[in-house]
Parts: sequence; structure tokens; C-alpha cells
Amino acid sequence: MSPMPNMKLSCPMPKLDFDRISLGHGGGGTLTNTLLATGVFDLLGNDLLDTHHDGAVFDWQGRTAFTTDSFVISPIFFPGGDIGELAIHGTVNDLAMCGAVPKYLSLSFIIEEGLMMEDFWRILVSIKSACEHTGVKIITGDTKVVEHGKGDKIFINTTGIGQVLDAAAIDINRVEVGDAIIISDVIASHGIAIMSLREGLEFDSDILSDTRPLHQATTSLINQFGDQIKLLKDPTRGGVASVLNEIARDSQKGILLEEKHIPINEQVKAACEILGLDPLYVANEGIFISIVDSRCADEVVTHMRSLDHCEQASIIGHVVVQHPKQVLLKSGIGGKRVVNMMVGNQLPRIC
Amino acid sequence: MKFITEYRDGELAQKLLGEITDVVTQPWNIMEVCGGQTHSLVKNGIIELLPDEVNMIHGPGCPVCVTPIYLIDKAIHLAEEKNVILCSFGDMLRVPGSRTNLLDSKAKGADIRILYSPLEAVQLAKQNPDREIVFFAVGFETTAPANAMSVMQAHSLDIPNFSILTSHVLVPPAIEAVMNDDECQIDGFLAAGHVCTIMGISEYQPLVDAYKMPIVVTGFEPIDLLHGILMTVRQLEKGEFKLENQYSRVVKREGNINAIDLIKQVFEVQDRVWRGIGSIPESGYELKPAFQAYDANLKFQVDIIEEPENKACIAGQVLKGIKKPKDCPEFGKGCKPEFPLGAPMVSSEGACAAYYHFSQAAESIEIPS
Repeated sequence: MSPMPNMKLSCPMPKLDFDRISLGHGGGGTLTNTLLATGVFDLLGNDLLDTHHDGAVFDWQGRTAFTTDSFVISPIFFPGGDIGELAIHGTVNDLAMCGAVPKYLSLSFIIEEGLMMEDFWRILVSIKSACEHTGVKIITGDTKVVEHGKGDKIFINTTGIGQVLDAAAIDINRVEVGDAIIISDVIASHGIAIMSLREGLEFDSDILSDTRPLHQATTSLINQFGDQIKLLKDPTRGGVASVLNEIARDSQKGILLEEKHIPINEQVKAACEILGLDPLYVANEGIFISIVDSRCADEVVTHMRSLDHCEQASIIGHVVVQHPKQVLLKSGIGGKRVVNMMVGNQLPRIC
Repeated sequence: MKFITEYRDGELAQKLLGEITDVVTQPWNIMEVCGGQTHSLVKNGIIELLPDEVNMIHGPGCPVCVTPIYLIDKAIHLAEEKNVILCSFGDMLRVPGSRTNLLDSKAKGADIRILYSPLEAVQLAKQNPDREIVFFAVGFETTAPANAMSVMQAHSLDIPNFSILTSHVLVPPAIEAVMNDDECQIDGFLAAGHVCTIMGISEYQPLVDAYKMPIVVTGFEPIDLLHGILMTVRQLEKGEFKLENQYSRVVKREGNINAIDLIKQVFEVQDRVWRGIGSIPESGYELKPAFQAYDANLKFQVDIIEEPENKACIAGQVLKGIKKPKDCPEFGKGCKPEFPLGAPMVSSEGACAAYYHFSQAAESIEIPS
């Protein structure tokens, strides 16, 4: 499958006298300035970034959420997205899970020498578009280049700061027996989209990564339901199973899931069957789990289904008094099994 | 998903469970041969749903678990010391050799790649003519045709830098070995559906006759397993012993004739050592003399000092169905997927892994309805 044609025509790459990024572009001297001047500052510019100072200085008050994340995905362009927008969405979503409205991000690149400037430009354009879409500003950053073989094309770190909503009361200690566990959309799409491109596993499919910002949905939920939304989590690496295990462990409560209520796209489900993977452990980048007071659970689901990318929101289970710190799943045929934390990575089976 | 969701139907499952409960009058020990079946039984919670009289015993059908430790050591040695690109199915990577496993070896820099098909390894050999490519050809009869095909392809394309490290094992001799064990208490078998898809079912009739026990060729979905168990219990209750085919939508009596033909062209039956069990006569495939140029075992003559297994591990007894994973004092304590003592704890078809992942504490806790 060819990389996604998501290059914005409105941001054509300027004519440059180099087509690959070299070690010198990370040296801090003229070449670094050339690289930054060619695109980064122009594309992402705003009042705070435009000062080109060592750091951003700004006024701030109130309850604050602060988070960081690094992005090392391979391949850097994948069906449904690329490492650039993923780096924005990932940190924006972590802030959203804190009940915050994301405001400012830092952006750091570690580039492997030899990266095509065209690819870097595509990533920058994608970052610009993701920032505009989510309403966040990049206000500081860094660029380093490492020798060929010491990286994998490009690594990105973003750190984000956001304003916590007045009505937000997100706290693991508020999780109680009886609370409903709601998932916002279909699971496992991102991991399978990536898997479809990995060496040795290539297969043709229309499955796209679900990478997208979630703060509009979480903000809408918190504004509507206030402290009845007790916990928000995005099940990225390790999938739904690992996040629910963390919640069970940290809240000291049991979790019981209903397999038949967990939404999954048919094609993703089929790919998991063929590859021998359990979708509960496959990564997601554009869904979230909310734990809500059971009295308003149906209302929350109805509200969520009216929001973009939450059309398949569903109650997938409940917090229970039994089996504290453990996640159990009621299988489609009525049997029960434990759902453990993932050990390492899932490895494909023999037969 | 057509042909999958129908076989996971909750109502039909309850109906079959009801029939099993109605038919059964006394305790029976039934062994499911294949590790894939073990995982499906545990993952779907079937073991807890079955009446107490039906005791499922987990069989040796985990190819990764029975691959001899010296072959794993050899694979690691080839990748680390011989500049070989070692290709393997994914679930071999965590299986412990005597000192380390392939995953750790990969982390240390050895070129080890996870593939879904041995034919991809042939392609890799074609693309890298200056490197030796070894495919770790592990499996039961199910994976033998694809492995045979890879050797045929390398032969016809004249690719000299491709070879396979063979650890092919066969189901019927394993059933015989299990039945001949003094401690064996098995009354009937669910034979492995996928193996029979390739080989057909006729080679099981002599076992039915010799041991006077029912063998039912069974699939892997919950409905398949419950149906296979019902068919076995019905025979046992009537005092019958027949070969039956539950998985007839996939398994034909004669098997896949083209696949069998391919296997016969490339492989020959020989004695084999099974990890945890020992040597079983005529229980595996080796490459025929005409294809020995593709035998990594002969191509790379290295002395691997055979190390003893960890004494605390009871994998052999688990594989023969004499003990269950939870009978092991180290289960979940000294032996976990993160630091396994034996292969069944890390293979996706291993019985210990099935119990660890899906039923770790399910027996000791009260489950809400």
C-alpha cells in the first residue's frame, strides 16, 4: 500500500539546495537555522514561537494538566495518518483524559541522518494541520540529528499543557462498584493498520488508523455530565485490556466486561483472527474509555453517539465488588475468563 | 465474519452444554490434542461451563513446546555467531533455550525476523544473496506443506543461501506415546482439526482399534469443541469406539491430496526427540536426501552442548496430560510468561500460557452472573 497522499497543496515545499537531512542540520549552527527557517517557523508560527527565544514565556493560572509523550512509530506514514499528526493527537489526548482543554505544546525532533527533506516537510505540514484542527499552538521546540543507524528516520517528542475544565472531577479514587465502563468507538483499528504495513506481514485492507483528537468529545461529556464522569483513559499501547487492568489495579476494584458489547470493525476482527492477535491488546489512537456513574450511563452513551467518531459508543462492562484488581470477561458463549495485562508485545502464532 | 460468528453462538452453546449434561452419567477424561483447542476451551470459559463429569485433559499439540532445546540453542547460535538471518514464526521467540531465547538474542542485535510464511524467507534469500537465510521450520503436519513448498521453491529458483532448521512433529505417534504411558487415564480424544485438514482422518482408525477409544476430529471454535465433546461423550456412554469427524465442513476423509503429495516429495518420516517427552519412534519429518542442501542442521555443523532442562519444570507431564498447569508448584510463582521455566508458559498454544492468561484466579474467585 502506498503512503497516504495527505500533503496539503497550500503548503508546497520551498526550493532547497539539499534533499536529505544531514548531521550538520542538527549542529546548532547555520545549517540548523537553514533547516528551521525553511519550514518549521513559517509553518507553525504564532506569537509565542515567533520570538525564537530559548523558551516560551506566557501568563497562566488555574488548574493545569501537563503531560509528555514520545513517538517512535514505524512506518512513519501509515494508512490513516503519519507520525506528525500522531505526535500532536497523542499529547492532546493525554491532556483530554485529564479533563483539560489542550493549549500549548512543545515539539522536539530526533532525526536520523538521511531522512528525505520531502518526508520531513510532509510531517511538518501534517503537524500544522493537526494543530489547527485541535486548536493548540506549538510554542517551543528542538531539533537534533543523529548518525545513520542510530535512529529510525524520525522520533518526535511533544509535551503539552492544558486548562482543566471547571466541571472536571477525573480521579481514579472516585471509581466505585457499580460504575459503568463506556468505550467511545470501535477498538483495535490503529494497531491493525500499522501491522498491515510491517515487513513480513503485509496484507491489503482498507483499515485506517483511528488517530484523531479526542478533547472535543471529552470536553462535551464533562460539560454535560460534570462529576458523573469519573475517569477518562485512552487505551493506546497495550490496548483496552492493559488500560482496564491498570484501572482495576489502581482502584483496587474488579472489572467485568461483556465480550459481545465491545465494538469492533468486521475487517479488523477478521485481520485479528488471521494474524492470531487478540483485539483487546491491540493499540488504539482515537478512542477513549470513560468510567461513569451507572445512573447516567445510558444518557452518556446517547450523548456520545451524537458526537463525531463516537457513533459506536457502548457500555462494555461494569466495576464490580468481586475479584478486586482483576479484569474478567464474559465470553460470547457465556463462559468467563481473566483478561490479563499484556506481557511484552503480541507475537503472531504458528497456525 | 461468516463461518466464525456462527460457531460462537451463545444460544447454541447453551443447548450443546445442556445435551452434554443430559447424556453424561459418569466421569470421563477427554484429551484435546491441539494447543489451539486448549486455548479456545480456556479463553471461552468452556472448562468451567462443562459438567463436573467431563474432565478435559490438555495434550501435546503445541509444536513450539516440543521443539528440542538444542535446536533453539542452535537457532540462537546461528543468528548470533554465523551472521545468519534467522526467520521464525512469532510464538517461537519467547521460548526459553538453555541460556536465553530468540527475543533476547534479537534485542542484543542478532538478525531475527518474524514471518508469517516460509515463502517470505525464500524471497528474503533472493533479495540478500550474500547472507544465509535460515527458516525455523517448526510445526505439526499443518505447517509441513508450506515448509515443503519453500524448499521446492528455493530448489527450482536455484537459491543456495536458503535452508530450514526442521522440527516437524506428527500427531498419531504422539497419541500413541500418550496412551502407552503407564500413568495415562484418557478415555477419548478430540483430534486436531487443522492437522486432519491436511492429512485426512484415515491414519487415526488404527489408533481407535488398538486402544478401543473414541477419536473425534474436532474444530476450534466454541461450538465445534462443545459438539466434539458431545460426540465423544455419547460414544463413551454407549461403550462405543469409533472415528468420527465433527469438523466435516473443513476436513475431508482423504485430506488435502496436493499438500500430502508435496510433503512426501520433500520430507521423510524419522524418529524425533520431543522436548519434555523424549524420543518417539517415527514421529517427525526430516528433509529427504535429495533436499539435504536445504537442511540447516547439516549445512551449519556446530557443536551445541546439550543442556538439561530446568528441574522444577513439569512441562513433560503437562504435555502428556498427566498433570495440569496448576498442579505445578512453580505455576504463576517461579514460572510466569516474563520468566518462563518451560515452553508451555510462553507459547500461544501452550497449556500453561492458556491457564495463566485466561484463568489465573478464576477458580478461586466468585464470579458475578
